[in-house]
Amino acid sequence: MAVMRVNPTRMELTRLKGRLKTATRGHKLLKDKSDEMIRQFMALIRRNLALRTEVEAALASVLGSFMLAKAVSSPTDIEEAIAVPGRRVKIKSGSKNVMSVEVPSFLVDASEKGEIFPYGFASVTGELDGCIGQMSELLPLLIELAEVEKTCNMLADEIEKNRRRVNALEFVMIPEFTETIKYITMKLDEAERANTIRLMKVKSMIEGRKQ
Amino acid sequence: MSEKSSIAALGDADTVFAFKAVGVDAYPVADEAEAREKLRVLARNYDIIFITEQYAERLPDLIARYKTRPFPAVIPLPSSSGSTGFGRAGIKADVEKAIGTDILQVEEKKDDKR
Repeated sequence: MAVMRVNPTRMELTRLKGRLKTATRGHKLLKDKSDEMIRQFMALIRRNLALRTEVEAALASVLGSFMLAKAVSSPTDIEEAIAVPGRRVKIKSGSKNVMSVEVPSFLVDASEKGEIFPYGFASVTGELDGCIGQMSELLPLLIELAEVEKTCNMLADEIEKNRRRVNALEFVMIPEFTETIKYITMKLDEAERANTIRLMKVKSMIEGRKQ
Repeated sequence: MSEKSSIAALGDADTVFAFKAVGVDAYPVADEAEAREKLRVLARNYDIIFITEQYAERLPDLIARYKTRPFPAVIPLPSSSGSTGFGRAGIKADVEKAIGTDILQVEEKKDDKR
């Protein structure tokens, strides 16, 4: 590892030792953060996978029955029936803090009350009622999936960033500091020895002149 | 944005239709260019956007851009013509990004062996 280009002075040495201490401490902290983030990520991603499997299966069946409902009565009737939805799903979105990563959280706004079935029962068959019922049940799951999946996305990104930081500290910064500190110490020692020798020489020269 | 935060569904007419029935704002699109344009607009106004996998697959750059932001959450879902596995691939990509290898798949294989 390359030695940094610094003046081999005592002041620089003290400064570098301080930085090494900070880097080591930072490395430890970041590594702990990484461990905890991965632990939480694992729990979340399992939930994500389970939710997705569930939602995909349910959605496939609901969409299938929608197709069926469309086939049973005339498409225009159905289009007309749901052209104006009885209610509009509203969500309250806030943000949560997972290991200092800002992630969104969604809450279905229950205050918005409305009829689930936006049509009269005369023109539409029972199939559509069933579909809409199933779909309404599925909606909270879909919203949870959105929240969990988004959290996973953001956490994965943050874990990757954090790993880069940890690696940069561990394999670049810290070795660089140690090497440079070693280099300065050696330079200083060398200067010290040179100084001693010079003094000894001067002393012997003076003594030689006296005689 | 918080006051009008709500959900949008983007995709082919058949799929979006089902979402519309339960009060999700539905935006049927016919082709990729239209979907791209629509997603850009929707991203500014909605917090959750469900998009069918068929379209999500064809707009990877846009999806990737929204992925690391808190809002909006763009969630690929299978459409009425079935799942393409794009959503699951997303989960796999997350795991690989965070951990390095796809450990979930390894676990699944272990379960199979039992």
